[in-house]
Amino acid sequence: MPKVTIDGQSIEVSEGTTILQAARMIGGDIVPPAMCYYSTLKTSGGYCRTCIVKVTKGSEKDPRPMPKPVASCRTTVMDGMEVQNTTAPDLLEARKGVVEFLLLNHPLDCPVCDQAGECDLQNLSYQHGLAKSRYEFKRREFEKIDIGENIKLHMTRCILCYRCVKVADQVCDSRAHGVINRGDVAEISTYIEKSLDSDFSGNVIDVCPVGALTDRTFRFKSRVWFTNPMNAHRNCTKCSGKTVLWTSGDDVLRVSARKDVYGEVEEWICNECRFEKKEKSDWTIEGPRHIDRKSVISANHYEVKKQLKIDVSNQKAIDESAHNN
Amino acid sequence: MGRKLLTENINVPGIQSLDVYRHHGGYEGLKKALGMSPDAIVEEVKKSGLRGRGGAGFPTGMKWSFLAKPDGVPRHLVCNADESEPGTFKDRYMMEHIPHLLIEGMAIGSFALGANTSYIYIRGELLYVYHILQKAIDEAYAAGLLGKNIMGSGFDFDLHLHSGAGAYICGEETALIESLEGNRGNPRIKPPFPAIQGLWQRPTVVNNVESIMAVVPILKMGGDEYAKIGIGKSTGTKLISACGHINKPGVYEIELGLPVEEFIYSDEYCGGIRNGKALKAVVAGGSSVPVLPKELILKLANGEPRLMSYESLSDGGFVTGTMLGSGGFIVMDEDTSVVKNLYTFTRFYHHESCGQCSPCREGTGWMEKILHKILDGHGTLEDVDLLWDIQSKIEGKTICPLGEAAAWPVASAIRHFRSEFEEYVKNPSSIKKDNHYYRVNNISSEVA
Repeated sequence: MPKVTIDGQSIEVSEGTTILQAARMIGGDIVPPAMCYYSTLKTSGGYCRTCIVKVTKGSEKDPRPMPKPVASCRTTVMDGMEVQNTTAPDLLEARKGVVEFLLLNHPLDCPVCDQAGECDLQNLSYQHGLAKSRYEFKRREFEKIDIGENIKLHMTRCILCYRCVKVADQVCDSRAHGVINRGDVAEISTYIEKSLDSDFSGNVIDVCPVGALTDRTFRFKSRVWFTNPMNAHRNCTKCSGKTVLWTSGDDVLRVSARKDVYGEVEEWICNECRFEKKEKSDWTIEGPRHIDRKSVISANHYEVKKQLKIDVSNQKAIDESAHNN
Repeated sequence: MGRKLLTENINVPGIQSLDVYRHHGGYEGLKKALGMSPDAIVEEVKKSGLRGRGGAGFPTGMKWSFLAKPDGVPRHLVCNADESEPGTFKDRYMMEHIPHLLIEGMAIGSFALGANTSYIYIRGELLYVYHILQKAIDEAYAAGLLGKNIMGSGFDFDLHLHSGAGAYICGEETALIESLEGNRGNPRIKPPFPAIQGLWQRPTVVNNVESIMAVVPILKMGGDEYAKIGIGKSTGTKLISACGHINKPGVYEIELGLPVEEFIYSDEYCGGIRNGKALKAVVAGGSSVPVLPKELILKLANGEPRLMSYESLSDGGFVTGTMLGSGGFIVMDEDTSVVKNLYTFTRFYHHESCGQCSPCREGTGWMEKILHKILDGHGTLEDVDLLWDIQSKIEGKTICPLGEAAAWPVASAIRHFRSEFEEYVKNPSSIKKDNHYYRVNNISSEVA
């Protein structure tokens, strides 16, 4: 079994494991952030470049370092490979650059965005981004599109991670959703703006790392951190029926799939569970959902008060640079 | 007078037709190849020292020997005729004038690699060349040079011509493969490399037009003989597309190792700078390679003359050197504005970025906007530093080399011509907008 060392911590993993997966097996702060990679979607990853790492030793056989930073989500480990993530200042600088590019055309409309609080890009920019944008030109804008009755596509916020394209390809039964145009005007779209017609199309909302694809039944109802997430299940003929209900009092504001610590859906759920079962009586409630993510939702969590895993020293630096600017 | 291997018969009237081509020794190389074993052909190409002519300069023989050969899986040879690098027009010229040379090269290459079906992926804008090539392919089919049992050798070979749809990115080999498969032309993430999993997940070799054409003279004259031409590891001849402010723009076949100074000033080649002007800068290998000022393109950092070869042009790394690239030789005279020229290049890369990975998608547009701002007279000195920072954050972070191609011209222009940027920032009122978008200030257009 290949042995890989990431930031000084070694682990033996099976053949074909990627550097990112190996890092997740070790866990903790050495895990590179990933915006486009999704372990359950084939051929995902490699696009956003936030997970880049520095390979200082290729393998035992060929110890040469790799000339450029590599996307850890798509690079498989070799025996004896040595990888630097948080221990390489030049790499962190490069990642800062990638985060800046991702934010370049992203509208900073977090105050009115439904994704705020559970947005991967928000968390990423909090940890790795600059305090101030150096971009002074008009950001690109797109019209909002309804793809179907339940899904809103707000392309302006999209970072083109291709996750929803992979979902439409691999989870839904027909391929009706893809990317049109190219470069910085490339956009996610469905064929002639048709609706995404599949029992599992709602999953594109869960995989979206930003607020580009949102649930029309939940839009502008509540901030996520004011809701109580509850694990629930029901007997469903199409999917596992295991979901999270985002409740407020007796109201079920939103139903979503269960996500793990890296924000990845554990089991895909069907549209009936997601959009139609909005009564508590539809569900068997298991109890509060424990959310262990670096996210605003856990900050205001009603369940337990817990220490956030955010590096305070970094925050201090951000504050200071904001102050100096 | 250098030897001409590819362009020897290019001016023969009617060389586009099969009869004339065969009359001048055409398809003799294929005949010889079919009498050899495939491995012997690969060996011959290896001996010749031929390096990829598309830009990267990777040894062609080595690329061929890397091709995976699993049992029962078809293999493919794909010709990259998606020539779209600004300043490069050699492949178009060759395909237009001597199409059968490419077909012969494809047949030899496919026989050597054991590929029964091969493809030529031609740039979408070259529709008229598409028709010339297709006519030549039809002729070759009719003469039994393509199809079943070619030239009675027992080797079946089908050659397909496929037109792109106007995307520079499809010149990147994995994007080309995606496009050929009928998908969106996005580069693939490597590994796996095409030699293992290429077209339809089968082992594939992608070669430039000129590399494939060069196989024909190599077979005719022998790899050892070919390797005697040129200098050091840069063997053979190279087509250079010379353009810009020179007296004789055009495609020239040179023996590698020719001094740059001779190439620019001798009457056999570019014939010097037009209108008696002085040389200012040269982009030596297509728009993506670093621009070099006069002092550095004519002489190496140590004072020796710079030669037209892979090694000599890249001598000194990117600090004082550049690359041979695809051979798009753009010459700029003393009145040229490097900043305006850079804006043109950057606008091109912004337009052609596929948008798949974030540094290139966002960074190219940002650089274009900043350059536009500087040319509009609103630039600041910080903008120049910001440009430098952006290019350094694109370079090496992207899926495919388009990111680098967009970053290198910016980096080299700032490295060698920073004072020109500063002049635009400090004296914005002097920037004149005339029809010559690449000209410096106060130059009227009568010189053209």
